[in-house]
Amino acid sequence: MTFQFTVSPDFSPDHISGWYIFNTWLQKQTGQGIHLEMYNNFQTQRVAIENDAVDLIYANPFDAAMLVRNKGFSPLVKPFGVSDEAIIVVNADSQILDVADFGPGTKIASTDDPDVLLMGMIMLEPADLNAQNSVKIGCDSYILVAKQLLQGNSDVGIFLAEAYDNLSNMVKSRLKVLVRSEISVIHHCLMIGPKLSPRKQEIQDLLVGMDMTDKGREVLKSLGFSGWVKVGEEETEFMIDLMDALSV
Amino acid sequence: MLDFKPEDIVGDYKEAVLDLYGGLRRLVFYTEIEIPYPDGKLIVSTTDKNGFITHVNKAFVEMSGYSEDELIGSPHSILRHPDMPSVAFKDLWDTVNRGEHWQGIVKNLRKDGAYYWVKATVIPNIRQGKIVSYTSVRRKPSRTKVEECTKLYASLK
Repeated sequence: MTFQFTVSPDFSPDHISGWYIFNTWLQKQTGQGIHLEMYNNFQTQRVAIENDAVDLIYANPFDAAMLVRNKGFSPLVKPFGVSDEAIIVVNADSQILDVADFGPGTKIASTDDPDVLLMGMIMLEPADLNAQNSVKIGCDSYILVAKQLLQGNSDVGIFLAEAYDNLSNMVKSRLKVLVRSEISVIHHCLMIGPKLSPRKQEIQDLLVGMDMTDKGREVLKSLGFSGWVKVGEEETEFMIDLMDALSV
Repeated sequence: MLDFKPEDIVGDYKEAVLDLYGGLRRLVFYTEIEIPYPDGKLIVSTTDKNGFITHVNKAFVEMSGYSEDELIGSPHSILRHPDMPSVAFKDLWDTVNRGEHWQGIVKNLRKDGAYYWVKATVIPNIRQGKIVSYTSVRRKPSRTKVEECTKLYASLK
């Protein structure tokens, strides 16, 4: 039997080959057939989850509640020292110096990355902005969010901090950061579904020990991680509660 | 929960005696100094079912002015500001005890007598179908909401 593995569609384009390398490593270590399916967007990935076509997932924190509470998934590991943070950015020439200066009708460029969008909209609340009184400009990538700002098509952009930091210095020099989140406890997590759960402990141990071998470290490097850290049930429940509170 | 000490207070202050949940009374000193909510941060805490603090994050410690040791085990009302009407907290507890989310704008009192406004969301932590604790998450409120609540709370005192 081959199990199905997928990765949150907000993965960095630089690491797409890394996830295939990781999947090959995982198959060799477990002796188990695992197929990696990459979905283009969250919507198609959620349909696959709903249809029980996912057994292992590197999940966006926004989807953790649905995976745990509706689909019986449990947490395995998270990348060491990595958390999801959002940044509010404007064009460098913008007159806006403080988030509170935005008004109704503000044009907001963002991707459909759900946890970053949630954090970003929270950081715009001091201006009383919400989905009803602002104009959302949807973009397929963070590069396109930057482009919307540079071309003056949007007033503000919401970025995943890592994606903003990886923009070229030339692009960043034409942009201005207003707020950077410092939340620290929202993170992606590798989660295992019910069909694979009998092997949970074994897979978790393999992943936690991955940075102990040269080959493991090489695979981790291709993902941009230095190692995996075990995630307990209560830690995930806490993150779900936090996301729940932020969604209100 | 200890009363305020004059030596902890920064600036001119007034005093008030608060009647808190559970029959507690506390003497507090408060000033007119507002500490702005830090951009980009969330203040997070967890309490047990009786409202005693079991977890705080770094932002909570920084904004409250208390040490983590002082906060853990204290009732959440350690942050109660005399300008907050008790009816707001009754609504909070009634709501979360029903298993629902509560959200509101709250004026909190720091150890040094200054205050800070938050937009607070309190949710019950439900495990195996039972409420086991409560988590409170605060974010930066808009000035419009703060001004509305300043007037509203004054009318409810």
